[in-house]
Amino acid sequence: MKQQAAVIGVGQTHHATKRADVSMAGLCREAIDRAMRDADVGWADIDAVVLGKAPDLFEGVMMPELYMAESIGAAGKPLLRVHTAGSVGGATGIVAASLIQSGVHSRVLAVAFEKQSESNAMWALSIRPPFEMPLGAGAGGYFAPHIRAYIRRSGAPVHIGAMVAVKDRRNGALNEYAHLRQPDITLESVQASPMLWDPVRYDETCPSSDGACAIVLASADAVQGRTAAWVKATAMRTEPTMFSGKDHVNPRAGREAAEALWRQAGITDPLAQIDTAEIYVPFSWYEPMWLENLGFAEPGHGWRLTEVGDTAIGGSLPINPSGGVMCSNPIGASGLLRFGEAAMQVMGRAGEHQVEGARNALGHAYGGGSQYFSMWVVSSER
Amino acid sequence: MRDVAVVGFAESPHTFATPGTSNGVEMLVPIFAEVLGKTGLSKADVDFWCSGSSDYLAGRAFSFVSAVDAIGAYPPINESHVEMDAAWALYEAWLKILTGEVDTALVYGFGKASAGDPRRVLALQLDPYVVAPLWPDPDSLAGLQHRMGLEAGLWSEPLTPVPFADGASVVVLASGDRAGDLCDRPAWITRIEHRVDAQLRHWLDVPSARFEVGDVEIAEVHAPYRHQEILLARELGLGDGVAVNGLREGNPMFAAGLARIGTAATHIHDGRANRVLAHASSGPLLQQNLVCILEAR
Amino acid sequence: MEVGFDYTRSLGPTLSAFMTGLVGGRILGSRSGGQVHVPPLEYDPVTLQPTAELVEVSDVGTVVSWSWMAQPLPGQPLSTPFAWALIRLDGADTPLLHAIDAPLESMHTGMRVQAHWADSRVGSIRDIACFLRVDHELTAMFDDVSAHQLHDQSMTVTPIHLSYTHTASPEESRYLRALAEGRIIGQRCPMCRKVYVPPRGACPTDGVPTTDDVELPDVGTITTFCIVNVPFPGQRTKPPYVHAAVLLDGADIPFSHLVLGCPASDVRMGMRVRAVWKPREQWTTSPQNIDHFEPAGEPDADYETYAEHL
Repeated sequence: MKQQAAVIGVGQTHHATKRADVSMAGLCREAIDRAMRDADVGWADIDAVVLGKAPDLFEGVMMPELYMAESIGAAGKPLLRVHTAGSVGGATGIVAASLIQSGVHSRVLAVAFEKQSESNAMWALSIRPPFEMPLGAGAGGYFAPHIRAYIRRSGAPVHIGAMVAVKDRRNGALNEYAHLRQPDITLESVQASPMLWDPVRYDETCPSSDGACAIVLASADAVQGRTAAWVKATAMRTEPTMFSGKDHVNPRAGREAAEALWRQAGITDPLAQIDTAEIYVPFSWYEPMWLENLGFAEPGHGWRLTEVGDTAIGGSLPINPSGGVMCSNPIGASGLLRFGEAAMQVMGRAGEHQVEGARNALGHAYGGGSQYFSMWVVSSER
Repeated sequence: MRDVAVVGFAESPHTFATPGTSNGVEMLVPIFAEVLGKTGLSKADVDFWCSGSSDYLAGRAFSFVSAVDAIGAYPPINESHVEMDAAWALYEAWLKILTGEVDTALVYGFGKASAGDPRRVLALQLDPYVVAPLWPDPDSLAGLQHRMGLEAGLWSEPLTPVPFADGASVVVLASGDRAGDLCDRPAWITRIEHRVDAQLRHWLDVPSARFEVGDVEIAEVHAPYRHQEILLARELGLGDGVAVNGLREGNPMFAAGLARIGTAATHIHDGRANRVLAHASSGPLLQQNLVCILEAR
Repeated sequence: MEVGFDYTRSLGPTLSAFMTGLVGGRILGSRSGGQVHVPPLEYDPVTLQPTAELVEVSDVGTVVSWSWMAQPLPGQPLSTPFAWALIRLDGADTPLLHAIDAPLESMHTGMRVQAHWADSRVGSIRDIACFLRVDHELTAMFDDVSAHQLHDQSMTVTPIHLSYTHTASPEESRYLRALAEGRIIGQRCPMCRKVYVPPRGACPTDGVPTTDDVELPDVGTITTFCIVNVPFPGQRTKPPYVHAAVLLDGADIPFSHLVLGCPASDVRMGMRVRAVWKPREQWTTSPQNIDHFEPAGEPDADYETYAEHL
């Protein structure tokens, strides 16, 4: 009944604060053209297109996929536009996979982008109806209190956030597409960077990037001997932003998505069975938080994996070998980058940031107030 | 492929301006209760939730996030959202059932056009470099199309826009093995497809609506302007014997296309017809089109 | 509420050339498959390759269709009644959408029009102010190209300002009206019995409106917080400030507010705080009637009393 789906190509743009050299369509095409070359497919091979991005207010275009339908090769074909807040890149990959798993299509192009430099994300995110208290300071102001709560609950030493930042930025230096590439960053330099949203320092936050990511998915028949990352499981879960008793540190929606994911993939011990993971870490402290939420560590113990170096390349569970969101954050595309990077790892195409012998990888995204979760497991084995 | 049927439908009254918030909660809470009541499902019985709405219509980023409050989404739910008319959310839910991962899905759409001025907001759907900076309004674009068709002899009636409305709609889908338990006469989805065209390229034809739909008794079409029903009837090959119903009372954007599917399904549920067509559109001048054939069994 | 921003759009090669042309009073189209598209397409519609060839077309053309704008909307090219038109410029195969400044009675399909260039051109489709009927004096409208500085246009600025009316739900309205009287009203969910402040049109866990009013004190506990040191556009409070989650006594959910009245470094999880209201004459139906919270001078709350709200 359920057809198998596999990633056969991944492409991404060079990410930067401002990609002043391209239009929105041009940005998408840079990623799409790379993905299609990687997959060795032509436009006629693509049955349908799925586009994801975060709020339209970032670019000031309502449903931009409509104006660019022709430029992204969708004219005359089915085009879906997904928007599930910051998790949208992941949701885009999952919807594209379901087009194949359902038996409807053979080859699907998924693309996600954000061109934040057209406006100002902090401004767009702070638009609230006038009767709500205007206080926030963009995403940082929302998430920093929860990081403080995590530190209090877990007793994690304060240098963990800086450790993750150093690891991710150095990983990013191995990734030619990363926005921030800082091979010389140190624990001391991170700890000396300005405190933006206390307890979160400047170097512990993600950049704001323009960028896009595209992947080509195929049915088992359409893989035709290509190297592929087989989709073993997908999961999405949602809970409300704010409710009485919400666990902001270890949200139930994330826990339950992970449980469903591991069950579907036949994984009983994720720490042992997953070789590498690309998880959505916009503030460095979210690495240990999500390690717990995903079931790689018991609650309160995620930071220990980070502290002993298990999450570095060469460790037992390299997290974000690409540098992750801490190095490039084109919001709407960030989730698809996680999904695509996971696929690149099991396809053996991650270049300098390749994790040796990666066979099973996790791609993860979240959004809203830690309430939208999307994730998948890809494998080199069918 | 698995069988999938529409087993429930409810919609809010379409009013020019509702007093509620732009996140749709007040419109959604009663229709969720209505459709769950009709099908006998509880919220925990719904395997997958999917919605369609627009941030720009609501005037704030992530407007759909607050709408999940209307569900009472705790324990957490399996959920997704499209920034499109909810007819395309139904398409995503249909896929999800086909994969075998879920058996039931609740699809909803909402829009509060009265929060802003849709004549200006919709200009932002146009090319942001060379068209949108002129702020063309939808009635003017339709007017250009209308005059072209008038002079080509395609129609003679005056330009008739369907007024924008605030509204919400909800449809419940079920897989073949569940549908019979939830509805006496399920409306089976025997075909659902959609396509998009290049923007503002096609003025008197609608290539993305060119689906050969065969014989249907009733067609529920989603055309924001009356003359566009003529274009659609032509592209869909609807014969004279087909009762074509369009939007009449109002156009609750982002809920209206889903409501066409729900309304078409109701003709099957109530035994009025055995094979009906539902059509949804999106974007300026019918840029994107979806067709759904529903049948009794 | 006004939602406005001047978007800066980077253009890429094709649209840059088009905008640069407009500054110079020239209109460029893209050639593909024997057709000239105006405005130019970034990608060939048949091959989907990037546009390789741009050609100049005339700024004179023929009206393919038109519609009358009797009451122009804000932002449109003209503020007096005008015609929207599809204009096929001489040398182009596809029509350009723009405005024509002409009397209604003169409008007809097939009429000849010419671009009326804006005096000051910046690299925008609005460098063409509108089109005018071509009568007999074709030349007078074209000004001196050299008067404009011709540098490549890689950006275009698009102001987008929209107005929205946000409405509070009936439940929120009760809360806002109480605030105008200096009171804080929460409501209990009839199903889970939790007290929500502000009240909700739908309890987020049960999906039903909150109902029974619960009057809450303006005293509570900081569950967690951050110190905001970063400025950003649209910010209404000057940094640094403490952004805290405050759990009012008797409420089952914290809400966000400012904490002042002590050095930011003294703010702690568990700190007891009290609302500081604005002067009564400034009260409106707004949560901003509470200017901020300040330390209440009570001993800190035990961690266990608020741990489940983190």
